[in-house]
Amino acid sequence: MHQTQYHRANSVEEAVNMAQGASDPRYLSGGMTLLPTMKQRLAAPSDLIDLRHIDAMQGVSEEGDMIVIGGATSHNDIATNDIIQSKAPGLAYQASHIGDPMVRHMGTIGGSVANNDPAACYPSAMIALNAVIRTNNREVAAEDFFTGLFDTVLDEGEIVTGVAFKAPEQSGYGKFPNPASRYAMAGVFVARTADGVRVAVTGAGDDGVFRATALEEALNDDFSASALDGKTIDSTGLMGDIHASPEYRAALIVAMAKRAVVLANGGDPDTKAATPAGTAAV
Amino acid sequence: MSEVTLVVNGRKVKRVVEDRTLLVHFLRDELDLTGTHVGCDTAQCGTCVVQMDGKAVKSCSILAAQADGSEVVTIEAADSGYDDLHPMQKAFKEYHGLQCGFCTPGMIMAGIDMVRRYGPGNLDEATVRQNLEGNICRCTGYHNIVKAILAASDEMAKSDTQLNEAAE
Amino acid sequence: MSEGQGIGASVARKEDKRFITGLGRYTDDMKVPGMMHAAFVRSPHAHAKVNGVDKSAALEMDGVIDVLIGPELKADGIGDLICGWAVSSKDGSPMNMGAWSPLATDTVRHVGNPVAIVVAETRDIALDAAERVMVDYDPLPAVTDAVDALSDGAPQLHPEAANNLIFDWEIGEEQATDDALAGAAHVVEVDIRNNRLSPNPMEPRAALGHYNKAEDHYTVWTTSQNPHVARLVMSAFYNVAPENKLRVIAPDVGGGFGAKIYIYPEEIVCLWASKRTGVPVKWVATRTEAFMTDAHGRDHTSTAKIGFDADHKIVGLKVETVANLGAYMSLFSSATPTYLYATLLSGQYNIPNIHANVKTVYTNTVPVDAYRGAGRPEATYLVERTMTQAARQLGVDPAELRRKNFIREFPHQTPVIMNYDTGDFEASLDAATEAIDYKNFESRRQESRNRGKLRGIGMSCYIEACGIAPSAAVGSLGAGVGLWESAEVRVNAAGTIEVLTGSHSHGQGHETTFAQLVHERLGLPLDQVNIVHGDTDVVQMGMGTYGSRSGAVGMSAIVKALDKVEAKAKKIAAHLLEADEGDIEIENGELKVAGTDKTLPWFQMALGAYTAHNLPDGLEPGLKETAFYDPTNFTFPAGCYICEVEIDPETGKTEILRFVAADDFGNIINPMIVEGQVHGGLTQGIGQALLEGVHYDADSGQLITASYMDYCMPRADNVPMFEVSHQTTPCPGNPLGIKGCGEAGAIGSPPAVINAITDAIGTEAVTMPATPMKVWQAIRGAAMAQAAE
Repeated sequence: MHQTQYHRANSVEEAVNMAQGASDPRYLSGGMTLLPTMKQRLAAPSDLIDLRHIDAMQGVSEEGDMIVIGGATSHNDIATNDIIQSKAPGLAYQASHIGDPMVRHMGTIGGSVANNDPAACYPSAMIALNAVIRTNNREVAAEDFFTGLFDTVLDEGEIVTGVAFKAPEQSGYGKFPNPASRYAMAGVFVARTADGVRVAVTGAGDDGVFRATALEEALNDDFSASALDGKTIDSTGLMGDIHASPEYRAALIVAMAKRAVVLANGGDPDTKAATPAGTAAV
Repeated sequence: MSEVTLVVNGRKVKRVVEDRTLLVHFLRDELDLTGTHVGCDTAQCGTCVVQMDGKAVKSCSILAAQADGSEVVTIEAADSGYDDLHPMQKAFKEYHGLQCGFCTPGMIMAGIDMVRRYGPGNLDEATVRQNLEGNICRCTGYHNIVKAILAASDEMAKSDTQLNEAAE
Repeated sequence: MSEGQGIGASVARKEDKRFITGLGRYTDDMKVPGMMHAAFVRSPHAHAKVNGVDKSAALEMDGVIDVLIGPELKADGIGDLICGWAVSSKDGSPMNMGAWSPLATDTVRHVGNPVAIVVAETRDIALDAAERVMVDYDPLPAVTDAVDALSDGAPQLHPEAANNLIFDWEIGEEQATDDALAGAAHVVEVDIRNNRLSPNPMEPRAALGHYNKAEDHYTVWTTSQNPHVARLVMSAFYNVAPENKLRVIAPDVGGGFGAKIYIYPEEIVCLWASKRTGVPVKWVATRTEAFMTDAHGRDHTSTAKIGFDADHKIVGLKVETVANLGAYMSLFSSATPTYLYATLLSGQYNIPNIHANVKTVYTNTVPVDAYRGAGRPEATYLVERTMTQAARQLGVDPAELRRKNFIREFPHQTPVIMNYDTGDFEASLDAATEAIDYKNFESRRQESRNRGKLRGIGMSCYIEACGIAPSAAVGSLGAGVGLWESAEVRVNAAGTIEVLTGSHSHGQGHETTFAQLVHERLGLPLDQVNIVHGDTDVVQMGMGTYGSRSGAVGMSAIVKALDKVEAKAKKIAAHLLEADEGDIEIENGELKVAGTDKTLPWFQMALGAYTAHNLPDGLEPGLKETAFYDPTNFTFPAGCYICEVEIDPETGKTEILRFVAADDFGNIINPMIVEGQVHGGLTQGIGQALLEGVHYDADSGQLITASYMDYCMPRADNVPMFEVSHQTTPCPGNPLGIKGCGEAGAIGSPPAVINAITDAIGTEAVTMPATPMKVWQAIRGAAMAQAAE
């Protein structure tokens, strides 16, 4: 990688100050995406400001009816956290399916949300859970936060300090990984909230994460996998690459939504995914 | 340049390195701990797995400076605390869980971490296979690696039981 | 078997301890005082003219030692890389080989083609400087598909090869085959695409070149499967240095699979650059460089036409193949799609007439050469997909169609050169069908259907030619080298033993299996036997490890050397024991006089050989023997693989539920190691069938699959536990009866997987890799076709 300067911040203010003094700074959270990108010389920030040691950005807590996850909390800590497992099991499941065990020890939710990789898992959960993204100077609704591929409303120097959401009544996630990279090729987060069912899709959209309203309507009527039988997704606006065409991604979205619902209903999506009758294509 | 102080395999080490130095290169080039390998550029192959503060991580995607102040254990010290080899190392040999040996240090470190996370004796074949997502082997077809990790996990459960019985 | 350590025993490996403790020593682990680091400047274009290179900005950087380019290399007399096996076209004309300079001089022909080397104090500085080397390119149109490259108006790669055709080769009798097909009761035609693969040993290639000015001597540590061949080729053809001035060391090597047979530009350039700069130069490939430079494998486009009589006996097979050899001819690239491919088109079957035509083609892609199996997987995939599709079209059971056509008498001369020495194909088919409960498959299919899943079963009966190869035979076919192997057995004065072998071990466990052979013969414990390999200054000339040859050829050389050692040991023992030489027997580390209780411990005999105080008249002191073994025929491992898959029609994802392998490898030294080879081979074959494929952008010639983000390596959750069995017909051609096992899994498994998938989904319209998307598309296509009817 190119030369860079490393700084370790111990507080959010310190991190912001460090960034202000640098020519082309990047915040370093887990580094599981940023460092491989730098190794391939596709990114060359002048300064890296490490956020992992900021105590205030660590861990899961409850503030009234809100669940709050610090931005520097690792995927592994989210996947194994008691509060998340009991109150948002879909998110625990999602976190346990990001990367691999080693990546989950380092990678953080704040880093992932701020990066907004179109194939990252968390953006789908954030939108489906109607979460609020907390930064060092504001709170932004997830739906307003993610603005396109690798793009968010974050200003220069702004830090994702955490995310907060109300516990859903039910939640589940279905992920069909890219066979090679194992990133989501279609990842669907389904949350049953007080305001109705919300379904958000990652890994598939040309502009990144999006809501699948047609699936939401079906699930509002009947929160079961079979409610999605025969539903289709328009492939317009979906990504196409050597691994998956837009049409295939469209089909995967429905299949993964079913898995998410099975999980949300307490089933085991890994074995029951194809159970619903009438799905065989031949 | 950054000064980096680590405890590596129980020994305190201090070096001044370029900030861009990856932990894996720090271990290999500065400390001559060449058992930790580099097999890809994208944090996927797992030949570089070490323990940092008790957890398995990919040392190819961590700066040495990020690890400053941490405790790191590499394959060279995987057997510390055991008379001869770690049960995971023994099982890899006994079950022929390696051929060319290049992925082996990472596999063993990942296997040890798996047993730590699930508890000795609590692994099954599907869990082991799923948890090896971040470790690629081109030689063995994973068959004997899976067997070795399962056997080591059971062996560690057995010796835990024996230790507990002895303590009673 | 003696004490459970000899031939046939599953002994744990002697070499393991260094690998499990992190003490293996690979090329990248080597350090030499003064060592500097190299990075290559590589073409970002698939095809371009190189007008010039501006090094100045790079040379100005702190820590940069030098930047060197192609014209400088040519000026120093370094030769072009060559293909070492001459294959002629059917009209008798020689192959059209284009020039391949280790560093490009005027043209680059694939993405990753090296143009310059930067030598610097650290790897990072070298990479920084490589970005500052300015190469002036004029991009040219590119072609990556071999069939496209043959078409009119395609971009031309080499002036030597008109229409990009390297040679147009044939084997077998065309007229007789055409006649047989014309008279056949049934003819089945099949299109076959064999996907391009990247071998991906986990250790990336590396080289550390060290020129010693005082001695005018070169040493290179490199990731090679055959260090002696590397030295020979670098000396004889590339003018790096004469053999006595060049030492090649291949230390621990992290897998090869064929990719580390060849001599690549990088090791040549590192050696040359070491002399030019006066410092030792180390280069280690990144994984992306590995994808851009390690020889790829396969990449055939074929059609097959097979004819049957009314009784479903095969009457003829006609094959047309276009083989993509990439931008340059790699070392054995001409042999792989010809003598290692078309000679196996008879498969396990009695086929009276075969004709194959192979066109080899230049394209703007990485050079293609032997990858695990090398030609034989391509032959097996073609024959076994054809047999299964024929069975389906004829409405008969695929197992029965195979059974009906098996060769049952040996030796069997096929119409395509090979003479099968022995085998029992039905035994493996029986074992595999029994193991997987073939006859009750339909009830399992129904059970899956009840769960909304599609289950299929597929088989493959493969045969391969291993133990390469009789030197005279390959010489007559154009090989530039002999394919014998050597061994030296050194008995030390205290009786311990070193075996020096030309076979290189990079995962195969030679340090254990070769020692098992010594134990079997002499009864010495394994820890008193060391196997030495991988260093041209230490080991006598050898030919290396590939083509499943180390057991059948390499161990046969050790047997010959041991024969000589034993003969001399018996002479010495007879003299010391005052007995007749013919009465001496060697057992359990002792020399005994048969029928008496007189014994001499092995170490005393050895000591006697070296003290030389009391040797028979005329006998030289010492005990060390060398042998060279040249095989008389190929060996023919064969077997039957059956795979059962379940497909989720919603996602197209294939799960391999069971995989049964029934192999005949002849005699086996260490079953544990042999089964490990099978597991690994099967996984590579399953990788080819389901996951792996090199993908180029057709327009730009860019390599899309240049990292593990896009090239899908098999992982632990892609494969099941394998069920492996052996049926043994000892090979009559070598002293140990070994056939070889290293490649079988990769050769036999792809058609079994695809035959199972196509059985499950009811359409043949799936190509490898059968990714979830392709299977989903095939299911959907079949459903739409059905709906349209």
